[in-house]
Amino acid sequence: MRYVIRRLSQSLIVVFGVSVVAFGMLFLTGDPTEVILRDAADHMTVEQIQEFRVKMGFDRPWYIQYGSFVGNALKGDFGYSFIRHQPAYEVITDKLPATIKLASFAFVLSLLVSIPLGMLSAIRVHKPVDHIATVLALAGQSIPSFWLGILLILFFGVHLKWLPISGSGTWQHIIMPGIALAAFPIARNMRLTRSSMLDFMQRDFVRTARAKGISETRVVYAHVLRNSLLPIVTAIGLELGFLLGGSVIVETIFGWPGVGREIVSAIGSKDFYVVQAGVIMLALIFAAVNLLVDLAYSWIDPRIRHGA
Amino acid sequence: MKVLDRPSESDAGVALDEPVASQLLVDRARRSQILPRLFRSKTATIGVIVLLLVLVAAAAAPWVAPNDPFAIKLIQRLKPPAYANSAGITFWLGTDSLGRDVLSRLIYGARVSLIVGLSAVVISGTVGLLVGLLSGYFGGWVDDVFMRICDIQLSFPTILLALTIMAVLGSGLDKLILVLGLTGWVQYGRIVRSQVLSIKNDEFVLAARATGERQWRIIFQQILPNVWSPVIVIASFTVASNIVAEASLSFLGIGVPPSVPSWGTMLADGRQYIGVADWLTIPAGVAISLTVLSINILGDWLRDYLDPRLKNIV
Repeated sequence: MRYVIRRLSQSLIVVFGVSVVAFGMLFLTGDPTEVILRDAADHMTVEQIQEFRVKMGFDRPWYIQYGSFVGNALKGDFGYSFIRHQPAYEVITDKLPATIKLASFAFVLSLLVSIPLGMLSAIRVHKPVDHIATVLALAGQSIPSFWLGILLILFFGVHLKWLPISGSGTWQHIIMPGIALAAFPIARNMRLTRSSMLDFMQRDFVRTARAKGISETRVVYAHVLRNSLLPIVTAIGLELGFLLGGSVIVETIFGWPGVGREIVSAIGSKDFYVVQAGVIMLALIFAAVNLLVDLAYSWIDPRIRHGA
Repeated sequence: MKVLDRPSESDAGVALDEPVASQLLVDRARRSQILPRLFRSKTATIGVIVLLLVLVAAAAAPWVAPNDPFAIKLIQRLKPPAYANSAGITFWLGTDSLGRDVLSRLIYGARVSLIVGLSAVVISGTVGLLVGLLSGYFGGWVDDVFMRICDIQLSFPTILLALTIMAVLGSGLDKLILVLGLTGWVQYGRIVRSQVLSIKNDEFVLAARATGERQWRIIFQQILPNVWSPVIVIASFTVASNIVAEASLSFLGIGVPPSVPSWGTMLADGRQYIGVADWLTIPAGVAISLTVLSINILGDWLRDYLDPRLKNIV
């Protein structure tokens, strides 16, 4: 219980930090009016700009502005999108399901491919299958998602015409962006599973299990795999951050209607409130998932609770 | 590793016993063997060769590049590369939509990638190292504050944070380096901190404290030399991730300005002609992948050589 309370209080500090960073972004250039108005300021008089500044409250001290920013955010008010003619919060929440769908698909795909491949590689260590899997994993970690996305479009979309190259709607639409997004986690988790399993295969308890005459399959599944999956569970929390961040690029390439593409489009149209709302929402989702993963991890491995 | 990296006799200020002195000799011998050992690994050797080629191309770009990478010649636009051009070799890798030589832009693009990759690593490595050293050594509220800052920064996917800051600041090479440098320090900070925690109560640190050594001297002269290995390993991987981040941000149009030849901007330009002019995307994509692959291979080798315990962390 003490661990849960400590971990929850850490998350609250993170939420506070996220709000400070998101709020501080407005002040990076010194004047938030400049960030919001951008090119529009060129067509306005000094009086009009000053009027806008007062109307938005940018003339007040920063701590008052931060207070009202947090107060509004708690009510779901992240400002108004002058491009979409819609509250920024709604612009983002409308796109959130698509991003979660893509990230979940990539997440499941990465686990389904990486763990069996990592296991196979560890069981057949230094055999051809291990060498092939290792080379593939190294390549998967080295090919940027946007380049892999372009290659997939070129091969499966343009030349073979098997899959749609852009948009959403059918199940075929999610395959290429899902693969592009999952490639890096597949490679990383595969290597992690392999090295973790190889590590446990050397341990005394595994040697004892073998000496007792337990079948190799049971040794691998019941003794080695169960223990070696623990470090992978920890990596999963960080993986979601990668998937949410990576979705910005993959969604843009494949025209996937999610938060990432919306953020990039909002950056292009200088729609700062939408950018800010998107970043806050993704960061909060990431922090929440990290909290859940940590709590789940402490439940799986009691040493963490006692260590705390 | 800890024993191997003990500080030198003069650093410690106390006479070393025989086993430690012999370990130092082993350590020196091991370091002097780093290159022969590196070239014994075939994959690491290939990685080094590819990286050297990229480095030479980047450094000697004005002499190596066959044409001016900025010269716009609309009359020459979208010329196919030499292998697909029956009319003779004019441009080895063809020209882009503005008639600029793809090969020359590719060579100059290596400069941008390496400058961003290496400079951002210097910033993130320095910040992370300082945070990790201070946090681990002093503990208490200093550690709490730094670790909470780490947690906050980890809540933002790096590319998303960099993207947003660049969106506010505007594109530019200097801003990109700064942003990637300041968003990438957390991994260094956390690992250096854990290394410091594991050695700060070792005998050589306690001995330095007992002799009345100032704290900053203990941190920088006794502890720092013992945490270099993970820093070097992380730095090698971070160069690769910075190159990818630069290309990704430039691909999205908010990294370096579009006129600057960069592998990311080349891919972004080429994407519009996908299926029509493949030579606009393939060379840049291959260049990024090969460079990053070579750095990762070298990073793997360095990790296994310097500190295999990092295998499940880095």
